[in-house]
Amino acid sequence: MPYIPHTEEELNEMLEAVGASSLDDLFADIPASLSPRSFDLPKGKPEHEVLRTLRGLAAKNATQLVNFVGGGFYDHFIPAAVDPIVSRSEFYTAYTPYQPETSQGTLQAIYEYQTAICRLVEMDVSNASLYDGGTALYEASMMAVRATGRKKIIVDQGVSPIYRVMLESYTSNLGLQFEQIPISGGVTDRKKIKDALGSDIAAVIVQNPNFFGCVDDFSDISKMAKEAGAMVICSVYPLSLGLIKPPGTMGADIVTGEGQSLGLPLSFGGPYLGFMAARSENARRMPGRIVGATEDTQGRRGFVLTLQTREQHIRREKATSNICSNEALCALSALVYMCLLGKGGLQQVARVCAEKAAYTRKRLSQIPGVNIKYPAPTFNEFAVELPRDAGTVIGDLIEKGFAAGFPLGRYYEGMERSMLVAVTEKRTKEEIGRLAEALEEVLS
Amino acid sequence: MKLIYEKSSPGRKGVRPPESDVFAKIEIPSALMRKKPAELPEVSELDVVRHFTELSRRNFGVDTNFYPLGSCTMKYNPKMCEQAAKMEGFAALHPLLPQLRLGGMLTQGALQILHDCAALLCEITGMAEFTMQPMAGAHGELTGIMLIAAYHNSRGSKKTKVIVPDSAHGTNPASAAIAGYSVVTVKSNSRGVMDLEEFEKTLDDETAAVMLTSPNTLGLFNADLQRIVELARSKDALMYYDGANLNAILGRCRPGDMGFDVVHLNLHKTFATPHGGGGPGAGPVGVSEKLIPFLPISRVVKRSDGTFALDYDHPQSIGYIAPFYGNFGVILKAYAYILALGREGLVRVSETAVLNANYLMSKLKIAYELPYDRICKHEFVLSASKQMKNGVRALDIAKALIDRGFHPPTVYFPLIVKESIMIEPTETESKETLDAFAEAMLEVARVADENPEALRAAPSKTPVSRLDEVKAVKKADFAYIPNA
Repeated sequence: MPYIPHTEEELNEMLEAVGASSLDDLFADIPASLSPRSFDLPKGKPEHEVLRTLRGLAAKNATQLVNFVGGGFYDHFIPAAVDPIVSRSEFYTAYTPYQPETSQGTLQAIYEYQTAICRLVEMDVSNASLYDGGTALYEASMMAVRATGRKKIIVDQGVSPIYRVMLESYTSNLGLQFEQIPISGGVTDRKKIKDALGSDIAAVIVQNPNFFGCVDDFSDISKMAKEAGAMVICSVYPLSLGLIKPPGTMGADIVTGEGQSLGLPLSFGGPYLGFMAARSENARRMPGRIVGATEDTQGRRGFVLTLQTREQHIRREKATSNICSNEALCALSALVYMCLLGKGGLQQVARVCAEKAAYTRKRLSQIPGVNIKYPAPTFNEFAVELPRDAGTVIGDLIEKGFAAGFPLGRYYEGMERSMLVAVTEKRTKEEIGRLAEALEEVLS
Repeated sequence: MKLIYEKSSPGRKGVRPPESDVFAKIEIPSALMRKKPAELPEVSELDVVRHFTELSRRNFGVDTNFYPLGSCTMKYNPKMCEQAAKMEGFAALHPLLPQLRLGGMLTQGALQILHDCAALLCEITGMAEFTMQPMAGAHGELTGIMLIAAYHNSRGSKKTKVIVPDSAHGTNPASAAIAGYSVVTVKSNSRGVMDLEEFEKTLDDETAAVMLTSPNTLGLFNADLQRIVELARSKDALMYYDGANLNAILGRCRPGDMGFDVVHLNLHKTFATPHGGGGPGAGPVGVSEKLIPFLPISRVVKRSDGTFALDYDHPQSIGYIAPFYGNFGVILKAYAYILALGREGLVRVSETAVLNANYLMSKLKIAYELPYDRICKHEFVLSASKQMKNGVRALDIAKALIDRGFHPPTVYFPLIVKESIMIEPTETESKETLDAFAEAMLEVARVADENPEALRAAPSKTPVSRLDEVKAVKKADFAYIPNA
């Protein structure tokens, strides 16, 4: 049997040692009445056949399309060195570092990851990571509810609709209330936020760049929120921070986001990386693992899981969260990515994305009938208004080899003619040109 | 060892990223731009590779050491599964493609894997349907409790509490509390399983669910299971099965047949996907017929023409608990594992996992106290109480094992055994490995008798010795600041 090393001889020796006459004896404590009614599974297959089956299934996925779909998840360049490093099995076959002496590799890597996240978003403290950007936003909301003792949260509709529905799902049994504020001209409506703020608001949730790709500065919202005693939670696209203003300098109290853009493959929706950072005063309110530096008995620097008294294995039902792991390997990928790109490289990638997006935006806007939906500045994604239903246009462009964009009508009522186009550093001038030609053709 | 930040030299670069081939002006006003670049390290590719290779050598993993961490099922992770997840047709697939018009046709391979893997898990557990979305075991628990809440709410019944035995994983009570329930803990009896009498007293009409792990965290199968299920039924409470220990019962019994309404599985335990140093995992949730309407959306369905599609039309659904379809890359590895093992292989998994545990238990109970001396399932719990007489704690034994080349078992969990040492060998370990581990444990017990001081200095062969956890809390140093 694959992966099970026992020979017949060893099985017999071991059974004898435990005083059992057969393997069935070892299951005598399970009443016969509980025998499976069925266990009808296929016969096992040799490795070679399994891989052949999977290659066949992989071929049924259209990864050959030239990709301009984003929506918070992007087709970025991943340096070749990331995979060999995270594929070192000392990292990936380890578990949560409960025994720090045997886990300094994982622990130091997480400490370095926490440091990188803090520097990227300009906050004081980061946790060891969460499942994804959406669950990170939910955990941040719960943090704000606990910190303020209030149960109402303002959510800007520029926040990913994928995340907004997750927030509603998670809290449906908790008596929380989310007030959704429509955007204005593609960006956050200041006046409506101001009107909604009051002594019952726990937090204001915003996103930068927002779902429409528009870039903003939320400093004024932070000021308003602070006056009302509410926290500001900002969800960010980490790669954009190579170029745009970090949320820490806008007065955000909690920063979250999806780390997929930092060296993780798209992988049909996961595994991804939720990150979360906060101000020092809120460190103890954070969910999830946190790694801290300390010393060993000989005064050498070492790292441990710390502030564990917040966590479920100690606090059980009184824990800050039920989370008992992080996405350690994904956090490692993000760290390795950020190290390889480095200070200048991240800036360069963000700049190239923005330049290619600006070029695409201009090129598409020259097509008769195509208009840029919002005048606000954008990073690497922007919405265009088409002369007909965006869904059908995108369908036509699939035929021509493009995943041309995302139909905004899928999430926003009344936007049936709008398409969200994302451009990463991987797209070339030639591909952009071909997309423009194809779009012009299907519209004419 | 230095931090990567301490190896940084201004101007050094690790990779040459794509360059711009267009002429375009970025039209973002400078007020919205970053003033100073983030202080990421400036290092060469070789610096990065050496740094992380060196870090990796400061880790124990299943590939380097026996890792009998109780309750975590640290079995070998087949390389074939890793290879499968890296295939371009999976790794490069954008999750929003199925949302495009006729886009389902662009991702048929991926949708089929989600669909077929769920179907296999239904057969393995006897549940009626599975959602593959939960991204970890604890996430599965939360999803499961949300499903239970939705079920009771749909019937207009306002139940307020969830019963959890004291032997449960800490995530059980935490998940129930986070979903809005109060948690009532029921003690274990002298046989190591939930006390039936106390359970009966605690169970009432307010009880929304009973969360059980069977075999439990002591590695013991609960013979009262049928009775517990019947009693719960009589109060309209649903039964939740924590599948963390499914490795012990594959092919021997199924939560669905036993009357459970919800079960979560840990693909990173039973189905051999790597633990990754603490994630990513996957915690799919199976349900009985009556809970199907409440499962998260989207759902993958097979059409009559054999193609696969996403289905959102479930008005009673609890909604969206993941951005997409779950940790697809992890699910894919588990799927490959199930295909490789098949029916016979999975049956052999539980048989040999249980044999390995009983074999080790029989060897170790000579020197260590075994509080519950009966056939165990996939794991067992010892106590260091004998060694405590000489001042040697479970922690000291754990650290001594590190110097002898073994990852320690889980210590101080479950909480119901003092100085507990929880050992789960898994089926992928050979008799030689078990013998060597037993010998090391017995030798440690001898040293505990003869020279207890020697154990308190362990480990000495690791890059660092015991670390000061109190100081870590006091320092609150969670991110590197030069010259701080």
